[in-house]
Amino acid sequence: MKKLVITLFLAVLLLPLSSLTVSAAAGAGVEHSGANIGDTASLQRGAKWYVNYCMGCHSISYMRYNRLAEDLDLSEDLVMQNLVFSNAKYADTMDIAMHPDQAKAWFGKTPPDLSLIGRSRGADWLYSYLKGFYKDENGEWNNTLLPNASMPHVLWTLQGIQTPVYRQETSAGGFTHEVIDHFELTTPGTQSPQEYEETARDIAAFLDYAGEPAKLKRKGVGVWVIMFLVLFTLIAYLLKAEYWRDVH
Amino acid sequence: MAKAASSLSRKANALLNWFDDRLPVTAFWNNVMTGYMAPKNFNFWYYMGSLALLVLVIQIFSGILLAMHYKPSAAEAFASVEYIMRDVDWGWLIRYMHTTGASFFFIVIYLHMFRSLLYGSHKAPRELLWVFGMFIYVVLMAEAFLGYILPWGQMSYWGAQVIINLFGAIPKIGEPLTQWIRGDYFISDATLNRFFALHVIAVPLALLGLVLLHLVALRENGSNNPDGIDIKKNKDADGKPLDGIPFHPYYTVKDIFGVGMFLILFSFVLFLWPEAGGMFLEHDNFVPADPLVTPEHIKPVWYFTPFYAILKAVPDKLLGVLTMGASVAVLFLLPWLDRSPVRSIRYKGTWYKVLLTLFTIAFIRLGLLGMAEGTPAQTWEMRVWTLVYFMFFVLLFFMSPRGKTKPEPDRVTH
Amino acid sequence: MSSDDVNKGRRRFLVATTTVVGGVGVGFAAVPFIKSWMPSARAQAIGVPVEVNLGKLKEGQLLKVQWRGQTIGVLRRTEGMISGLSKVDASLADPESKDADQPEYIHGEPRALNPEFLVVNMHCTHLGCVPQMIPQVGPQPFDADWNGGFYCPCHKSKFDLSGRVYSGVPAPTNLRIPPYSFLDDNTLIIGVSPRGAV
Repeated sequence: MKKLVITLFLAVLLLPLSSLTVSAAAGAGVEHSGANIGDTASLQRGAKWYVNYCMGCHSISYMRYNRLAEDLDLSEDLVMQNLVFSNAKYADTMDIAMHPDQAKAWFGKTPPDLSLIGRSRGADWLYSYLKGFYKDENGEWNNTLLPNASMPHVLWTLQGIQTPVYRQETSAGGFTHEVIDHFELTTPGTQSPQEYEETARDIAAFLDYAGEPAKLKRKGVGVWVIMFLVLFTLIAYLLKAEYWRDVH
Repeated sequence: MAKAASSLSRKANALLNWFDDRLPVTAFWNNVMTGYMAPKNFNFWYYMGSLALLVLVIQIFSGILLAMHYKPSAAEAFASVEYIMRDVDWGWLIRYMHTTGASFFFIVIYLHMFRSLLYGSHKAPRELLWVFGMFIYVVLMAEAFLGYILPWGQMSYWGAQVIINLFGAIPKIGEPLTQWIRGDYFISDATLNRFFALHVIAVPLALLGLVLLHLVALRENGSNNPDGIDIKKNKDADGKPLDGIPFHPYYTVKDIFGVGMFLILFSFVLFLWPEAGGMFLEHDNFVPADPLVTPEHIKPVWYFTPFYAILKAVPDKLLGVLTMGASVAVLFLLPWLDRSPVRSIRYKGTWYKVLLTLFTIAFIRLGLLGMAEGTPAQTWEMRVWTLVYFMFFVLLFFMSPRGKTKPEPDRVTH
Repeated sequence: MSSDDVNKGRRRFLVATTTVVGGVGVGFAAVPFIKSWMPSARAQAIGVPVEVNLGKLKEGQLLKVQWRGQTIGVLRRTEGMISGLSKVDASLADPESKDADQPEYIHGEPRALNPEFLVVNMHCTHLGCVPQMIPQVGPQPFDADWNGGFYCPCHKSKFDLSGRVYSGVPAPTNLRIPPYSFLDDNTLIIGVSPRGAV
């Protein structure tokens, strides 16, 4: 009887819920990135790509250069020479010179600060986004994850230019429309597709790290804390069992 | 060595006596600890009270530390939270303690309330104990709602927008009332600042007062137990219940073990899974509040979703608000709806087991549905479970006086 | 009877062990929360070392800069100022700076790495006002025998041209010397000690 109740309970509870996703990450067009914040070399490359290609428009103003250096095993000199292009000091935050109002006038929308994009979108989304740029029929930059976004493909010199190959699709109502089937690299870039994937992965990993620098540390601390608590709980259990021998 | 030890203990005794002459220290200790006879058959469900107290302490402690760095203004709030996460030494730990604590508070409280449904702890003479508990629950929900706006992310802003707009559904006074709550014509700095004052000072004080009343009410009649029988009915020669054991040392020692187990789970989430897949820390809240951009999917944090689902199930705005309100209000009436001659589920017939199982499934299922986007199919399902939810109370009222029961034992079993 | 004794012993042992392990846990746990009160990364960033260019500083001139919320004075002393320091030793409370708050690498009467430049925290050690620099030797309203130095208007404390405090004034100790070093002959950096220094 009890088994029946439990089985019934679980069955109803776990009835599939269409579109019960708590985050948008597992949506269409999002690939698994393989981004790994434990790979310091990847993070270092990602920092390099980010500062050189993205930081013209996108600040990461909750990050500090000295924190970046400490977490990514970089020396102060290396950081100051290779990652700082303004007169920012070592302990300063990674702001940019572009004024948000000017940016809005030039681009139509202020390029957002990306300090937390790793937490709100996730590494997989960012990876797919960087791989999703293409030139559409109007000859303009477009992106599979953010259609008609005003951001150009800043990494096009690396990836090259891909154009979509369409196919016809008929929906339930009988309407046929064009849908992107796959991309063709019509103009090659300086990187091969695998190299570009690594670049995109590195940037995604870097932004994942930048979203929560503490992540590098908290898991390690947590393991120790939990081990200590297991020891403590064991001793507490022995104490409890000893006293409870009196009872009954 | 023995002389020194006994001289030290004599001095300690003298000090204690000095206090006892001026403050009922020993009397209090005897009353609530060594002299408080609790049933000896407490099980897993009986850890939740002390754990709730622990989480309250964790929240107050981490909350005070957060308030040392947090800035309650629309311009600075979001940045100040990131300041805590990055620039304050161990700030990330304090922040995660508070967010993990908030969710664990509700897990513990829901289990704590469920115990009552199992063993009839809400029944006479403990009706007031249950009512105080319900007030604590409602105040806790307010505290969580107020706290959630403080990071001033997209979910903070838009969640507040939706909930405050619910008050707008009240005819005639709705609109001025929402303005009065917000302190402005729209959710703004004024709203944030006052929610901060309420969250940090007013509501915690109310919570502490209610918890005190709750504990005093508990002490008045003593604890219930899994068999639902009154242990005071069988006393020994000294007038102590045969099935009772002094709270100290037996339950202090057991609760310490409970605390250990709890902290392991708590630490696992805090250090290894603080976002809990977006349920404890929502992804959209890492985007600064933007009055011009509505997030794709506004939903409350998981502990509110069952009630949110009930709200969404009703197509009319005002009726939806009233139904949602009723779903919480009906819980206050439980001691009077449950007219069973027997307290514990152990001695009630299958009818109650079925009812309770369905109620539980309804609550959890509504919670899951409250998190989902609300397709037509899901909306119909929400309506079904809302019905089941209310039917639990209706059927309980009618069936409890005449439902099958088994004979209660004289002494506790296990 | 003997089983009772064993029980008590075991209980005492287990209570003690639980208390000790728990106490150790609480001790370790307290550390991060106490540390969270220390100056944050932002405070430390604002408190960064300050570079001072000495090229334009004339003899006898005092330059003031802000470092960690404190006013730091850089005084370019003349030969006369430096040699005059020993004249007032008898009137000073702590002529050898035994009780002074200064880095380990600062010695002697000039209280400086290079006697030509005094780098001193300008806040009076009494209650924090910033004294005036009165370098001229000659009678002053507050001292008939003034040999040049700093005079604090708040409660009339007096310091010499090395920031050493006179006896009989409210200020208890010599003016503080911050950590500093020379990047080159013309540049000071306040907030960074010389390489290898403690």
